[in-house]
Amino acid sequence: MTRLPRPAAIVLLALLALLAAYPLYGSLLFPEKYAFLLQKVTGIMILAIMAMSLDLLVGIAGMVSLGHAAFFGLGGYMLAILSPQYEAADIWVALPLALATVAAVSAVIGALSIRTNGISFIMITLAFGQMGYFFFNDSRLAGGSDGAFIYVMPTVEIAGVSLLNLESKLTFYYVVLGAFVGAFLLLRMVLASPFGRVVQAIGVNENRVRGLGFDPDRYKLVAFVIGATIAGLAGFLGAAQYGFVNPAMLSWHQSGQALVMVILGGTGTLFGPALGAFVLELARMGFESVTEHWLLPMGLFVIAVVVLLPKGVAGLLLQLERKPPPEAEDGA
Amino acid sequence: MSADDSVILETRELTKAFGGLVAVNTVSVTVRKGEPHAIIGPNGAGKSTFVNLLTGHLPPSSGRVLFRGRDITGLPTHRISRLGIGRSYQKTNIFPTFSVFENCRLAAQSRLSTSMRFFRPAVTLAEVNRQAEQAMEQAGLAARRDRTAGTMSYGEQRQLEIAMVLATRPELLVLDEPLAGMGKEESERMVALLKGLAAQYSLVLVEHDMDAVFSLAATLTVMVNGTLLESGPVEQIRASQAVQDAYLGDGAEAY
Ligand SMILES: Nc1ncnc2c1ncn2[C@@H]1O[C@H](COP(=O)(O)OP(=O)(O)OP(=O)(O)O)[C@@H](O)[C@H]1O
Ligand SMILES: [Mg+2]
Repeated sequence: MTRLPRPAAIVLLALLALLAAYPLYGSLLFPEKYAFLLQKVTGIMILAIMAMSLDLLVGIAGMVSLGHAAFFGLGGYMLAILSPQYEAADIWVALPLALATVAAVSAVIGALSIRTNGISFIMITLAFGQMGYFFFNDSRLAGGSDGAFIYVMPTVEIAGVSLLNLESKLTFYYVVLGAFVGAFLLLRMVLASPFGRVVQAIGVNENRVRGLGFDPDRYKLVAFVIGATIAGLAGFLGAAQYGFVNPAMLSWHQSGQALVMVILGGTGTLFGPALGAFVLELARMGFESVTEHWLLPMGLFVIAVVVLLPKGVAGLLLQLERKPPPEAEDGA
Repeated sequence: MSADDSVILETRELTKAFGGLVAVNTVSVTVRKGEPHAIIGPNGAGKSTFVNLLTGHLPPSSGRVLFRGRDITGLPTHRISRLGIGRSYQKTNIFPTFSVFENCRLAAQSRLSTSMRFFRPAVTLAEVNRQAEQAMEQAGLAARRDRTAGTMSYGEQRQLEIAMVLATRPELLVLDEPLAGMGKEESERMVALLKGLAAQYSLVLVEHDMDAVFSLAATLTVMVNGTLLESGPVEQIRASQAVQDAYLGDGAEAY
């Protein structure tokens, strides 16, 4: 995980170029669908951020969570709660407060969950996720089961001068692209750090990590909080994009979907789950445009990918790089 | 506690019961600096369980463990490791998907006051790298630096097991059957390595291979069915009738 394998780097740079230049070619190639696709791709990048954040837990630290959407949803709800009705929130207040809240809540949930492993961890995170769902579903805090609208995008100002107008779909698109690239680079930096190395080692052999003198629980907790907070950022952006939050954002369907993206993309690689978000969402768009019974072919598609690419999209790219080394066969 | 400075590790009536099975039964031993201490005994005697009690992998049912005169009974594994007891495992316990270097580097990194550092790449920690390189060198793995650990031969993985322990800069080495499952040539290489280590570190060695034990150990503890049969200088144990009867057989085959 130190160096990005060449085929993966090529695919990611190509994707970045395609995303960055979309406004240039999009309006020429498909003028009718330009705005629709701009919205769609913005949404996919937000889901990709969430998938990468979940990969830190699932693929890298070995903590399979089914409650990750709770943090995604909480990030979104915080924007709704912090936005004055019919007025804009100040992003310099709303975003840090939203992320701090997600971090604090995830620290509590993490502290109560990380001592368990395997199925128990899945069940506990699922239970906490559902608690989050019913908290917003049943409370009057932000519209209960109906959800709440965010009528105006947050302002991005310094000393009264507007830096960015997020109401512009194009500006918002680039902000999300920046967040997507930023989250990827941030996670890669963290993985290369002393902290990240310990977390990766925990995913491989937790007991040995303990034997070497590290307390795995502390590192797992911090990884859990980092992953949750990045998911909170994705939720914040998602709420801003749609101008709406509802309890479904926290539901286990949402968690499950992120998990499918991680698995489809290739666990433990970061770039894989990001690509998984694009593959899954583009496939869904494709099937939706062909038939209204798209769930069936979609299911078959997911099964086919998992069967044909057991290590996901990332596994395919890694295979392209190294033909199996002959030396891998000798020894035990 | 122990006024005797030469004592590095001491157990007092250490006991571990798994339900009705008493795997380690009131075992009291003393390990001194500069006296490599071997623990022998038939399969199931409780040797690995005893090691697990020393290193905090299991909590004892009763009794105490003292390291440099300090009571470490019940401390968690990672704390005991940081106090300076380095432990290797009977069943190879490495990070098979990491390179040999990364296995050792991570072990060396464990000696930082904290690894809660998020920004600088871990591979730029020069002192940690140096310790890792040195441990690989010591264990004879320098040429394997960039190999994926899990693709190496079994013997080399056993060497890596030792290298990782060395990279943590321990004061006391506790090695659980470092020769387990090794071929003749691999064993010879490992014994040579252990001889070097016995000169540098305090050592507790669990081992079945009698040739290795007699060539390495100064002190010998014999365990049978969880109990300590005898403990003392190698020559004394060799001459002991009780040990002869219970374990070493008629002597000839022990050599
Ligand atoms: N975690 C455990 N739970 C229950 N019983 C255990 C456990 N660990 C060990 N035992 C039992 O305790 C006894 C001692 O086992 P131990 O592994 O300590 O023996 P050993 O002397 O290391 O043997 P070997 O030479 O085969 O490695 C055995 O009967 C074993 O089955
Ligand atoms: Mg054993």
